[in-house]
Amino acid sequence: MSQAIARKEAPLQQVPDHPLEDLIRSDRIPHIWCPGCGIGTAFAATLAAMKASGQDLSSTCMVSGIGCSGRAAGYVKLDSFHTTHGRAIPFATGLKLGNPRLNVVVFSGDGDLFAIGGNHFIHAARRNIPLTVICLNNLNYGMTGGQVAATTPYLARTTTTPAGNTEAPFNLPLLAWAAGASFVARWTILHIRELTDCIQKAMLKNGFAFIEVLGPCPINYGRRNKEKPLQTLKLYQEQTIIRNQADPSDLEIDFSKKVVLGEFVDKERSTCIENYDKTCRLL
Amino acid sequence: MMEYWRTPFDAQTIQVSQGIVHIIEDRCKGCGYCIEFCPKHILAFSPRFNKKGYHPPEVLQPDGCVNCHYCEIICPEFAIYSVEVPTAPGG
Ligand SMILES: Cc1ncc(C[n+]2csc(CCOP(=O)(O)OP(=O)(O)O)c2C)c(N)n1
Ligand code: SF4
Ligand code: SF4
Ligand code: SF4
Ligand SMILES: [Mg+2]
Repeated sequence: MSQAIARKEAPLQQVPDHPLEDLIRSDRIPHIWCPGCGIGTAFAATLAAMKASGQDLSSTCMVSGIGCSGRAAGYVKLDSFHTTHGRAIPFATGLKLGNPRLNVVVFSGDGDLFAIGGNHFIHAARRNIPLTVICLNNLNYGMTGGQVAATTPYLARTTTTPAGNTEAPFNLPLLAWAAGASFVARWTILHIRELTDCIQKAMLKNGFAFIEVLGPCPINYGRRNKEKPLQTLKLYQEQTIIRNQADPSDLEIDFSKKVVLGEFVDKERSTCIENYDKTCRLL
Repeated sequence: MMEYWRTPFDAQTIQVSQGIVHIIEDRCKGCGYCIEFCPKHILAFSPRFNKKGYHPPEVLQPDGCVNCHYCEIICPEFAIYSVEVPTAPGG
């Protein structure tokens, strides 16, 4: 490394910081996430998108629920909330309605947002509350030891489905679309540039924006389904196809076929704040 | 010299950017993502152990880095990043 500097005859300089150092609580790094866990990459992409969005970061905040993904709020060096299980969206709603100038980003897990917190999700989408909701979908409850989730694929093994999951999983983009979300997308942690651009776009959207991010949980989900972290990333590379504006009902996650990624919904619809102001405030 | 699958017609006039890779070894958890997905295949696990007992990556060919930042953005640990080498005037 120093050779390269010498050859170019650039002045010897101090080692620069990591480009996201100013947005992470460095004293808490290394974080708790296991080796190869996808949460860290999705979290870093969120920070990069916040930076690139040009939004005022002093009025940007992150809200998380409970779970491994829910730890994200504790690592960002912005105002943040680590809330109770399933309640990231209600806390975020309160923040946004109390101070509509805030950019509120929810970062949480599939269990938190769609099992215990499922009802909050559909109603926030229905009301079109201007939030950016990022769901790290690792297909199980990672933090509590790898139990079946509402997103676990059919026949996948978890601690509570040792013979294979007999239930059908949620198709999250379809759910978000049906509930009325203004922006809906899905990427994986391998598609980082697309993901970062997409989060940036979602942050600038005036309306309820939802992004599903597929990321491995090698310790719990991967181990029981014979997927090493690099094998999961190979699946993301080989078994996905990008199809923007795809029909939301074609988005089920079954890696034995192709899993569809892309931006599926981007529409204008008046937000709950606009509707409330128009009807109830004398402006 | 950079290796191409097909040499572009303007290969002589295009400047390929060059990067310096920085690694914060004690943050690394040895997932290998940066090593596997570096498009130039210039990273490898070092034989060293870091504080937590993982093998952090090392740069095998410092001159080969094209400063694409992919190692930086895929790393879940904020442990690796690249910085552009300032090009000397006229070269
Ligand atoms: C009210 C309540 N019920 C149950 C739990 C136990 N619990 C903690 S995390 C979690 C699931 C987390 O799953 P997910 O949101 O997918 O996060 P991951 O760990 O997979 O990132 C559960 C059920 C809890 N903390 N609080
Ligand atoms: S248990 Fe799974 S989701 Fe939680 S940190 Fe480990 S790999 Fe990530
Ligand atoms: S910046 Fe790109 S070329 Fe350089 S080491 Fe990282 S991934 Fe490889
Ligand atoms: S991606 Fe990061 S954590 Fe993984 S091996 Fe490379 S430097 Fe270490
Ligand atoms: Mg989960």
